Amino acid sequence: MEPLTWTGSIAFLNPLLMVALAALILSIVIWIVGSIVLPEEQVTVNPDGTITSSSGVRNLTNLALRYSFLACVALAVGYLVLGILMGTSAGIVGAISQQFLPVWMALIIMFAMSIAYKRRLGLYGKLYDSPIGMIGFGLVMFWVFTGIFGALDLIVTQDPLAQVSGMKNKVPGTPLPSPEDGQYAWYLLGGDNLARDVFSRMVKGAWIVVQIAPLATMFAFMVGITLGLPAGYYGGRLDTFLSFLANLILAFPVILLFYLLVTPEIVATGVPNYMAAVLFVFPILFLTVLLNSRYYTRPSFRTPLLIGVLGVTVWLYLSLISTNGYVINTDDYSIWGLPTYLDLFDVPGGILVVFVSVVFVNSPTVFRIVRGLALDIKTRDYVAAAQTRGEGPWYIMLWEILPNARGPLIVDFCLRIGYTTILLGTLGFFGLGLPPESPDWGSTINEGRKLLSIYLHPALPPAFALLSLVLGLNLLADGLREESLKD
Amino acid sequence: MGLFILRRFGVMLLTALCLTFVVFFLTNLYPNLEKLAKTQGNQRMSDEQVETWLENRGYLQPTLIKYGQWLGVMPGYQKVQEDGQVLGTCTRPGSTADNTPRFCGVLQGDWGYSSVFKDEVGSIVAKRLGNTGFLMLCVLVLMVPSALIVGVLAGMREGSALDRSLSTFSIITTATPEYVSGVIFIAIFTSSTVGLKWFKGTATQAMDNPTFENFFLPVLTIALYGMGYIARMTRASMTEVMTAQYIRTARLKGVSFPNIVMKHALRNALIAPFTVIMLQFPWLLNGVVIVETLFNYKGFGWALVQAAGNNDIQLLLAISVVSVFVVLVTQLISDIGYVYLNPRIRIS
Repeated sequence: MEPLTWTGSIAFLNPLLMVALAALILSIVIWIVGSIVLPEEQVTVNPDGTITSSSGVRNLTNLALRYSFLACVALAVGYLVLGILMGTSAGIVGAISQQFLPVWMALIIMFAMSIAYKRRLGLYGKLYDSPIGMIGFGLVMFWVFTGIFGALDLIVTQDPLAQVSGMKNKVPGTPLPSPEDGQYAWYLLGGDNLARDVFSRMVKGAWIVVQIAPLATMFAFMVGITLGLPAGYYGGRLDTFLSFLANLILAFPVILLFYLLVTPEIVATGVPNYMAAVLFVFPILFLTVLLNSRYYTRPSFRTPLLIGVLGVTVWLYLSLISTNGYVINTDDYSIWGLPTYLDLFDVPGGILVVFVSVVFVNSPTVFRIVRGLALDIKTRDYVAAAQTRGEGPWYIMLWEILPNARGPLIVDFCLRIGYTTILLGTLGFFGLGLPPESPDWGSTINEGRKLLSIYLHPALPPAFALLSLVLGLNLLADGLREESLKD
Repeated sequence: MGLFILRRFGVMLLTALCLTFVVFFLTNLYPNLEKLAKTQGNQRMSDEQVETWLENRGYLQPTLIKYGQWLGVMPGYQKVQEDGQVLGTCTRPGSTADNTPRFCGVLQGDWGYSSVFKDEVGSIVAKRLGNTGFLMLCVLVLMVPSALIVGVLAGMREGSALDRSLSTFSIITTATPEYVSGVIFIAIFTSSTVGLKWFKGTATQAMDNPTFENFFLPVLTIALYGMGYIARMTRASMTEVMTAQYIRTARLKGVSFPNIVMKHALRNALIAPFTVIMLQFPWLLNGVVIVETLFNYKGFGWALVQAAGNNDIQLLLAISVVSVFVVLVTQLISDIGYVYLNPRIRIS
């Protein structure tokens, strides 16, 4: 097998791309300078009431920017389409775009459906009115689909944990020395210092982030909302106490907290299991109070509903916190949990401690945001109206205050998933929690950085992957903020 | 105001006590002590040997008593071995029963003895803090002015070309954690593959002899991540000020645009970023740990990683006291400064 070059037989596009990129950069600079130096456009009012602006030099710079941007996008799409069609004969770029084919399909279907029905989709549909939000959502969904399809073994080319002799630190596009039948014949993005495929590890790493980050953020939000609403609404001693606790956790440097919590020794003492047992109660509490406060006037409906919801959530809770029939299983003592035949899934100790500590670090910040919003909203007229109607305090908090605080909370949710992704990367970077051979981005960056002055390819793909995912989440949050302000 | 500061100091003390107790509790859990015994004594110690090792040095007393000893309100643990060697919490290598003080805690000004570096914790922390202090100073000198300039330029004409490009820039920097930007910088500017050998990939020499070549990359890496956030806050506050009534009045009476920005808008626009900058310190502390590990700069963050990795209890406690102190003092400064800058707020 020949080693692959970057673009293979579609190399004729490279000079075009160079020209387009140079034009883009040049026109951006001219656009910025022009907006400062050039005079503002003269707007004249026509007799029929319309206005026309004179087509000055400003419009020209805008046009130049738009066309050079479009040219770049068209060329990028050209690379992708040709790559999908030609596969490995279009070099590494072609091979990678062909591997990502399921992701492209999913993205196209999702965007087409959403744009077609965007007027009926509420805030989500409005996202498609803002280009920034759309780009951000596209980036995020790219990695979400990559994670999901990667977990289904659709995108990966090699086993992310297998070491192939002779592939140590090989550059991108190196063919395997002796590929077996049905095995992909190249290491698309090269091999790392243990001769594993960088591309497949990056794809598998996306799944770890996509699994943990949104779920951990959701748990942090449940904890923060369940504690923050009463703190803001009641105020007084409760508020002082809870705020003190939140400030206590916030005063810890995050990395020190991770180093104290996420070590094998601490896992052996069962501290994370206790924390998990406490933190994971909050979603149950939240759901119970949410439903009970709404439906307690209709006991015939409320009671079966609560029994059903509580049954499922408590079962999930118990299977989450118990492993092999124990809630806590240390050398000295153990506490019985759910028997194994009822246990739906086991969370490995390493993942559980990572999850718990990420939730623990995030929830005080959410608490502060929710508390601030509750303090603000509780002075509104509709809250006073609900109080006059005689609604209970929890109904007011969960069904009057919370829905009206959703805008800032949704925006913060997106930002916080990004922050959680960064935290997960930090944990991997310091080699905490996840097993050392795990393909998550932080660990891969950490391994790759040791040989960075000689070999770039093991560290850069996960770095750019993490960067683009977090960037996408930030852009998405910006777009959402813009659109929710328009309401 | 005096009462307010006093009360804040009280809360600060309480927070520091709670936090050090949490750190103390976690580092004194038995598996951690076992690790400490094995790294300090011998990797192949049996369980009984580990127990006697810990027993002799007073690690197996109740946690509260040990915490009291660390604080200096309880007399230190001491035990004379059969061969005349004195072991205990207050002893140092080579000390005898006569010259060992009875109390040795934070209240006596004794921060303890580091088991990793084999040195007094006080002097280690002072030395490492000196290194990190210099790094932080450089970061602030680079980060704060550039963030404010970016924010003000972006916010003075909302929606303009300048605003959009600077906002994109600041979003990208907030989305790039230090370990990503650091790796990218090292790859671009120091590796032999790219060939631009402009800077050095490590900052080890910068501890004695900081030059632009070996010190700029770590500083830039920390500064960039914090910068985007401050710039966005500055931009938000600047756009808010620029839509205020008095700015419109100034425009209508014919004040030139640079004058409006410099004389009318800037002071009010800088109130919010001031608190943000102050509250940014805890994040800078995080960045410092990552960057010092990445660039091998032996400062405070590097000491934290070493201490935590080896369960060096007393060094870890001193480090957490220092970082908690930094966090809380900056919070206090931000509150006081906010009142000082914004005369509409009065603290009674």
